[in-house]
Amino acid sequence: MSLDKSYLEYPQRSHGMDHDRYDWSMLSERRPVAWPGGAKLAVWINVGLQFYPLNQQGTPFKVPGGMTMPYPDLRHYSLRDYGNRVGIYRFFKAFDQYGVKPTFAMSTRLAERTPYLLRAVVERGDEILCHGYHMDALHYGGQDGAEEAELVERSIDGLRELSGQQITGWLSPAKNESSQTPELLKANGIEYFCDWVNDDMPYRFRTDNGELIAMPLSTELEDYFVIGQNLHSESSWVEQVKDATDFLLTEAGEQGGRILALNIHPWLLGQPHRIGHLERVLEYISAQDGVWMASASEICNAWQVQQEVANES
Amino acid sequence: MGRQASDMKEDPGFYDYWPYHNRPKIEWPGGARLAFWVAPNIEFYELDPPANPQRAPWPRPTPAVGGYSIRDYGNRVGHVRQMDLLEKYGIRGSISLSTALCEHHPEIISMCRERDWEFFSHGIYNTRYTYGMSEAQERDMIRDAMQTIHRHTGQACAGYLAPALSHSELTLDLFAEVGSELFGDEGGIYSCDLFHDDQPTPIRLRSGKRFVSIPYSLEMNDTIAYVVNKIEPRRYGQQIKDNFDRLYAEGADSGTIMCIPTHNYQVSCPHRMRAYEEALEYITGHDDVWVTTGREIADYFLEHYYDDALDDIAEKAVAGMGV
Repeated sequence: MSLDKSYLEYPQRSHGMDHDRYDWSMLSERRPVAWPGGAKLAVWINVGLQFYPLNQQGTPFKVPGGMTMPYPDLRHYSLRDYGNRVGIYRFFKAFDQYGVKPTFAMSTRLAERTPYLLRAVVERGDEILCHGYHMDALHYGGQDGAEEAELVERSIDGLRELSGQQITGWLSPAKNESSQTPELLKANGIEYFCDWVNDDMPYRFRTDNGELIAMPLSTELEDYFVIGQNLHSESSWVEQVKDATDFLLTEAGEQGGRILALNIHPWLLGQPHRIGHLERVLEYISAQDGVWMASASEICNAWQVQQEVANES
Repeated sequence: MGRQASDMKEDPGFYDYWPYHNRPKIEWPGGARLAFWVAPNIEFYELDPPANPQRAPWPRPTPAVGGYSIRDYGNRVGHVRQMDLLEKYGIRGSISLSTALCEHHPEIISMCRERDWEFFSHGIYNTRYTYGMSEAQERDMIRDAMQTIHRHTGQACAGYLAPALSHSELTLDLFAEVGSELFGDEGGIYSCDLFHDDQPTPIRLRSGKRFVSIPYSLEMNDTIAYVVNKIEPRRYGQQIKDNFDRLYAEGADSGTIMCIPTHNYQVSCPHRMRAYEEALEYITGHDDVWVTTGREIADYFLEHYYDDALDDIAEKAVAGMGV
């Protein structure tokens, strides 16, 4: 018994990464970043406004949070719908109470289906980023290239038309990609995307069509991961977010500006028994000194401007 | 590629039954009762590794953005956080190293060398599994990894944790043999792959080499806590303290070992650092704790207690037969 000899060959074994998408770089070694107004911590509250279709295809896998029962899975369909009907209006109140500036990652199909909700977001003046067409429209390795190209274009153009916003940000459903997703995003005018969880700060990501900015949207701290998948208590989630806030504020004091990126879902935290825990989190964060409440593109732009200045000097 | 039942052993045959009472008393240097070591796994996972017939590296089609990128987080962001924390509490890491990291990220290797940390082998990449390798292939892989550590750090690699905990029946034999070929008695002296005890155990090898298993706790491993058991950060911190309290108490009778194996992509996330720091502060705040490395524990045991242990194991085996 033995393996093919290629199993003991290592063609990428050299300095840097084993691919060309981005440069190897350690966070602690980078030039410190300064946020507007001398803030230490940029706070990016990212709200998933998602449409999980009842007729889920599950190609190439069932999206986490989606339908799990035989068709028609009314329980999961309607529980996700709860977030967009009820939970989100609790979120709006909480954001206003604590002076939070959220960013909304919206499924284009949801924007088509619920114009009232879309208008509510647009009238708030908050940024919308494209969260794909819907949660079952996955981008994946082995996907037909033309099919994915049409899907990306339909998602982004559709959301631009309906929202009237420029739409420069992207979050793939399930943070899943094909090997050409970044190229398609750049070709469709996307400037930053949030799928790669390898950093706590933005960095430059190469595509054949030019550079994207990878924005750090932590999975490990999001409500669905902590409460929905790890089954930690709501109180523990609050404690974890507070610990992260404290840690990042301290690190920012030593190494330059940091980002607290909190990905949350109204179908989960918008429940009556959980909304109070979100409020406790927002109360704690907003009470800290040196916090800058900002949208994803504001944070991205503030970072990018400093990189350009650094390159010129 | 599944093995027939007739080809598989009931027991790996590395050690005999050795009850955890009335063993020869161990005293660690300076009269310490507990040897404490931290083993950061510093790993490199490949984005698109070759297929192994028995284990898929990633659960979803390439590119596995989620799995790959969180591991990369450990190297880009997490490493320096944990390194600073260990330094604050006077702890030198014993690195379980994907040795290709010497080529990919030599900056991390330099930082650890400056702090006199130990490097031991965790294979070449954590996406290349031992499953299906011939004996010659596994020997080549083990040799490559040990030579890489020596070339980049000057250290004669003493310990092994097989890549992604993927083993063959010969893994421990091959590691010990290649260690002797390359470095004589300095190389290939301990294994972290066995979880049967809280004290070192002599391991029976085909070469007869003096070789020990050093406790490297799976239960204290942050990835087991966070990814497999999915527990809260503060609960993980409490488990570490509870684990320490009991081993420290028992160490008054005979020296024990406590290991915290970590991964920079888990323990160094911002929401998990406080719980980890509190646990390290608690442990290092006690007297009679030997804060050390895997190699130092193995060396000390081999020199002072290995022979007594062999005698005691043999005696207890005879006593058992008298029942």
